Amino acid sequence: MPPVLQGLLTIAVGVGGCIGYFYLANFIVDAVIFPAKGRNANANLRRADAVRPWLFLFPALFLLVLYTWYPVVGSFIRSLYDRAGDDFVGLSNYAAMWREGGQRAFLNNMAWVVIVPAMSTFIGLIAAQLTDKIGWGNFAKSLIFMPMAVSFVSASLIWKFVYANDPDIGIINAVRYALGADSTVDPLQIPIWNNFFLMVILIWIQTGFAMVILSAALRSVPEETVEAAIIDGANPFQIFFRIQVPQIMSTILVVWTTITVLVLKVFDIVYTMTGGNFDTEILPSFMMDFMFRDDGRATAVAFVIMVAVVPVMWWNIRQARSEKR
Amino acid sequence: MTNIAGKRAPLVWAMHVAVFLLVVIWLVPTVGLFVSSFRDRDQITVSGWWEAPFAVENSGYGRTDADAALREGDIWVIEGNILDSAGAEGQFGADADVRLVAFGTSLRRPSEFPAGEVASTEDGERFRVEADGTYRVELPEDPGDRAPRIYFTAQTPPSFTLQNYGTVLTAAGMDRAFLNTLTVAIPSTVIPILVAAYAAYAIAWMDFRFRNLILAAIVGALVVPHQLALVPLLRLHQAVGIGQSFLGIWLAHSGFGLALAIYLLRNYMAGLPRDIIESAKVDGASDFQIFRRIVLPLSFPALAAFSIFQFLWTYNDLLVAKVFLPSNETSRVMTVKIADDLLGSRGGDWGILASAAFVSIAVPLVVFFTMQKYLVRGLLAGSVK
Repeated sequence: MPPVLQGLLTIAVGVGGCIGYFYLANFIVDAVIFPAKGRNANANLRRADAVRPWLFLFPALFLLVLYTWYPVVGSFIRSLYDRAGDDFVGLSNYAAMWREGGQRAFLNNMAWVVIVPAMSTFIGLIAAQLTDKIGWGNFAKSLIFMPMAVSFVSASLIWKFVYANDPDIGIINAVRYALGADSTVDPLQIPIWNNFFLMVILIWIQTGFAMVILSAALRSVPEETVEAAIIDGANPFQIFFRIQVPQIMSTILVVWTTITVLVLKVFDIVYTMTGGNFDTEILPSFMMDFMFRDDGRATAVAFVIMVAVVPVMWWNIRQARSEKR
Repeated sequence: MTNIAGKRAPLVWAMHVAVFLLVVIWLVPTVGLFVSSFRDRDQITVSGWWEAPFAVENSGYGRTDADAALREGDIWVIEGNILDSAGAEGQFGADADVRLVAFGTSLRRPSEFPAGEVASTEDGERFRVEADGTYRVELPEDPGDRAPRIYFTAQTPPSFTLQNYGTVLTAAGMDRAFLNTLTVAIPSTVIPILVAAYAAYAIAWMDFRFRNLILAAIVGALVVPHQLALVPLLRLHQAVGIGQSFLGIWLAHSGFGLALAIYLLRNYMAGLPRDIIESAKVDGASDFQIFRRIVLPLSFPALAAFSIFQFLWTYNDLLVAKVFLPSNETSRVMTVKIADDLLGSRGGDWGILASAAFVSIAVPLVVFFTMQKYLVRGLLAGSVK
């Protein structure tokens, strides 16, 4: 069966199955197991209402547990076994992957985690403030936001042109030539710096996200506070950094953590641009080096990423709880 | 807020300039790729895309045709077109509209004389080469089989072509990859919606034990890295017979997308006015009816926001496709195709790479620009609250 047909069939089965499940399950609970009639009518109504949330939740919870929470445990257990998965080896996968390049990947990843969210949020904040004030701001916003729609692979390809080791293709080398250089450089092979050139790509993608959210937050800052500051003679920079930014601090934090989590997961950019060569490996791309070759090491790297995400997860859950009060 | 800087003209100007610069910096990489994708392959490597509207200048040479030498009085004359001569053929595109700007008689000085002038050498040879390539060479003696060479500098006018796109879509197999990408993305977007909507309603409007715990599990699941899921779930898929297949990737994407779907929809549904739902309950509507008749239609913006997210995410994904789909030519999606195939085997073919990238970002860009409103709303619902 051609995949396209298979896809259509799956949509039909999936959607039809959902509708069928919810409809039938309700019908069975209401009419068969707990019918709202006879002697127990009232008790049955109550019981049916107690069961119903779980009917609604069941398919989602099942998939969520299977595809998100089971892997956390499954990966951790797998990471304690050897390559074939037969022998328990304790933490030696962690030790081995740390020795064989994991340390470099971890350090690079830490640099990504610090720099990418900081730069994206900072440029996004400035862009939000500036575009909110000018007539064609919305147009400028959608252009800065646009890279969000592009896949990481295509974004990398776009930047491969910028970084190309050829003054007739890469704009970096062209500028160097225009300034008088007479040899080309490959920005992706300059030690240490190449990591920053890769980070630029993710900053380019994520700044739009930060800008859109921060611009909404800036608009929700009460106008009286700003007006009071104007009357008191504050200059625009003071108003921005002392009045507006402190009031949107919680949103800045949300943006920051969201990008941080993303940075810990994106392997596409390093994979496409350098394949992890020239000391640019980060944990997600390092994990893919082991995928299909050594499940034990691969899951060990994945679990390290998980551990790095946990503080953000904990903070997010706390935030979600406090909102509800 | 509008008048913070409004009163200071220089500052307003500075803002316009700053935003303009920012937009230019943000656009330049994409524009470069876009322009390159329409350029002739030969031109991409000779001049930068920023020079695309201008003629490309390159040099070449040709050997005059000794067989065509004719005796005129006491000199020998060769006439012909240097662009058609042996050596010059193939240096330029067959139908390219090439114009000579200068010529020379030695390799060291290929543009000594402007086209149209007469050049005399110390040996008494006289050359005249026109801009269209026709030449007339006068020699004091019979050239035999050693006809002189003419070196020249030629300009090729900018040429734009759809050929790269043609190649990408036919020979390079992007057409198949494009279909595969849509085949992956559409079911992966549709399937989780309904599942998530019911769960979101339950969490937002129904009372049951462990509700907070489940909400915490969903918020936590939002940030669990997909990397963790790869090994255990691929093994699971293989164990139950799904293996690496489209069915597997639909399930995986649906599972990965659920946390965000439930979270977005719950936030939106919880914000619906309580009165509507309670008055419906008073009128005797069951939860099932309230969900179907009231909450689901009212939640359209959130459903749209999630669909756009999930579609862009699954369409643009590389990681899940690499793991859950077989790596053969027939089931490669575009991202895998570009990253593993085109960048590897055609690493230097910039025209193909550029057009492949544009084929792959065309759909997301259309979705993005037509439905930006919903996308922004969804982002805000997911983050600002």
